[in-house]
Amino acid sequence: MAKVLRTGNMSKCIGCFSCVLVCAAFNRKSHSIQKSCIKIRTYGGVSGKLVETVCHACREPACAAACPSNALTLRKGGGVTLEKDQCIGCRRCQSACIINAVNFDEDLNEPIICHHCGLCVRYCPHECLSVVEVND
Amino acid sequence: MIYQKTVRVLYIDMQAKKIRIVEREDLKQYIGGVGVASILLEENMRPELPPLDPAQPIVFAIGGLSTIYPVITKTVAMFISPLTGELGESYAGGRMALTMFSAGFDAIVIYNKAVKPTILSISANDVNFRDAEPLWGTGKDNVGQVVRAFEHKHSGKRSTIRIGPGGENQVAYACVTVDRYRHFGRLGLGAVFGSKYLKAISIAGGRDIPIRNFQSYFKTYREIFERCTKSDVMAKYHDTGTPINVEPLNEAGALPTLNMRQNRFEHADKVSGEAFSQDCLVRKLSCSGCPVGCIHLGQFRREFAAHGHEYETITVGYDYELIFALGTFLGLSDPKEILELIEEVELAGLDAMSAGVVLGWATEALEKGLVTNEDTIVPLVFGSYKEYCAAVHYIVSGENEFYKNLGRGVKYASEVYGGQSFAMHVSGNEMAGYHTGYGSLVGAAVGARHSHLCNGGYSVDQGMKDGNIDPDKIADALLAEEVERCMLNSLVICLFARKVYDRGTILSAFAAIGENMTDDDLTAAARRIFATKLRIKKALGFRLRSVKLPKRFFETPSMHGQLDEATAYEIMAKYQEKITALESAVKG
Repeated sequence: MAKVLRTGNMSKCIGCFSCVLVCAAFNRKSHSIQKSCIKIRTYGGVSGKLVETVCHACREPACAAACPSNALTLRKGGGVTLEKDQCIGCRRCQSACIINAVNFDEDLNEPIICHHCGLCVRYCPHECLSVVEVND
Repeated sequence: MIYQKTVRVLYIDMQAKKIRIVEREDLKQYIGGVGVASILLEENMRPELPPLDPAQPIVFAIGGLSTIYPVITKTVAMFISPLTGELGESYAGGRMALTMFSAGFDAIVIYNKAVKPTILSISANDVNFRDAEPLWGTGKDNVGQVVRAFEHKHSGKRSTIRIGPGGENQVAYACVTVDRYRHFGRLGLGAVFGSKYLKAISIAGGRDIPIRNFQSYFKTYREIFERCTKSDVMAKYHDTGTPINVEPLNEAGALPTLNMRQNRFEHADKVSGEAFSQDCLVRKLSCSGCPVGCIHLGQFRREFAAHGHEYETITVGYDYELIFALGTFLGLSDPKEILELIEEVELAGLDAMSAGVVLGWATEALEKGLVTNEDTIVPLVFGSYKEYCAAVHYIVSGENEFYKNLGRGVKYASEVYGGQSFAMHVSGNEMAGYHTGYGSLVGAAVGARHSHLCNGGYSVDQGMKDGNIDPDKIADALLAEEVERCMLNSLVICLFARKVYDRGTILSAFAAIGENMTDDDLTAAARRIFATKLRIKKALGFRLRSVKLPKRFFETPSMHGQLDEATAYEIMAKYQEKITALESAVKG
């Protein structure tokens, strides 16, 4: 069984950004929230809703289909894995994702791909996110 | 600042619309936050000019650990206070620290007056002076909306800092609102913004800051995160929040009520933290980088037409200090009415604590015939929230001479109309919600900015046994805490987390990012910062021996019974002796 992230409890979100900060720190070794795979933003200001943007682990991901160099390969359970040496930094994956879940690392000239490690879930104080097991 | 030997300061000239960036190695010894901001204030202030002169600076600063560790989320603002005429210092959370950190500015100094209303739009590689003419005179929500539109590409990474009409009209205790629910509340920073035609600032981050030593950093991060979320150190702030204080302070006889004629409120149970949680609480929020979530939002609905069941729903932040100032102090016992008054003060862009204390004095002054119904326009009576809502508008518009005077603070108003004995301020700053004893009272008098947060004097009182008043010990405790907080505020730790960030934790947090500090370094920095603040206060004409405390502090019993005036002044004198000794030690 593979593990993937699930969202859906965002009404519990307090906007602490812990998920964002630990993802950037752990996965990209950066203090910058720009480098995180997950984004949290407000919808209509702080008094509005808090919404997340993170990879939904598509079974037939548009990002991979759009990649001209096959740098994005299918991950077990959904989503993709980046083959860095194949990536040419064209950003087609970024524009192909309709939920804008592909961030781009300007310094490394490569997409920031969520590999569903679940660290964001562990550091969420309110169980807004979860990791579930799915068939490979 | 992080991983660097320098502090990066952005100077902004509002009039010339020019900026300069200076890397300051000399400022590193002040750690950051209030340490750096004090020096920048001292360098740029003009003591010979009034607080709202265009030449006076506004300084913001974050610290060397900001954002990268949990609950280090605050930004300090320093300025000359239009309310007290001396040191202005205020703290706000929200996203501001995170965005300054990611934009790459450790401190910002803003000076001179713009030619017309302006929004400053700051990012890592641009500072834009945007026209705010259409927004001048409008509420703060409009500003958020406009900034979100022009900064859409920075969604999730920006902070919006703005003033309401109170700041535009330069009410001496106007606040600055950060990201809708946080404030630079005290001492009138909003008026300083207004005096510069500065309607708002938006800050957006974007810099990459690679972690130098991931293993040691993340290990320390994780330990601190777990202490914040899994131990009970922070639980009270998340659970009921600061309003949990209402009932214990009431029981102890320390809850200022009805312009502090009383130290207990007969309806305290109706405005307790529990009552707010039960009846009004709908949501909690956090500052970015804090997993605690202490921002408590309450909701009320308001009928806006006489027929047809037409309602609007309003969500507003509440805390202990607001329940005290706009609740018990004014005799309001319905949480929904308190929320409605908080909302009025919020829209006006005033400091809630000062606004409540000013209105409490005005109510009693009317009752005693010092001012007339013509002055107050509406009949201010304890418990009448609609009239208080109207009065807030009149303060902001400066509706008549009386309200113009109220807009200058309770000290000033009572000098004009009389009633100084029950004008509840300390050195010009309206009181906080703690009548706990000598610690809170003298603590506010000697505190650098006359706030209950300068030295936590209420906590000194809470730890003291009845009848055991030792002026020397109280002065010692206040001074020790005041100096220690200079260090904590140089990191700009949220003081709710002061028990998490003991000295050992602070040193480990620095060590994990490669900064080898010692306990002595922290002590030396704290003293240097304290000495800087004392120099600023002296330059601005403050003399502790000239402070006169309103009589009511000594008439209404505190938690420790009735306070003796002579003892309070004795503690102040002891404190003065101790700081004189400390100043010579720092110089030496």
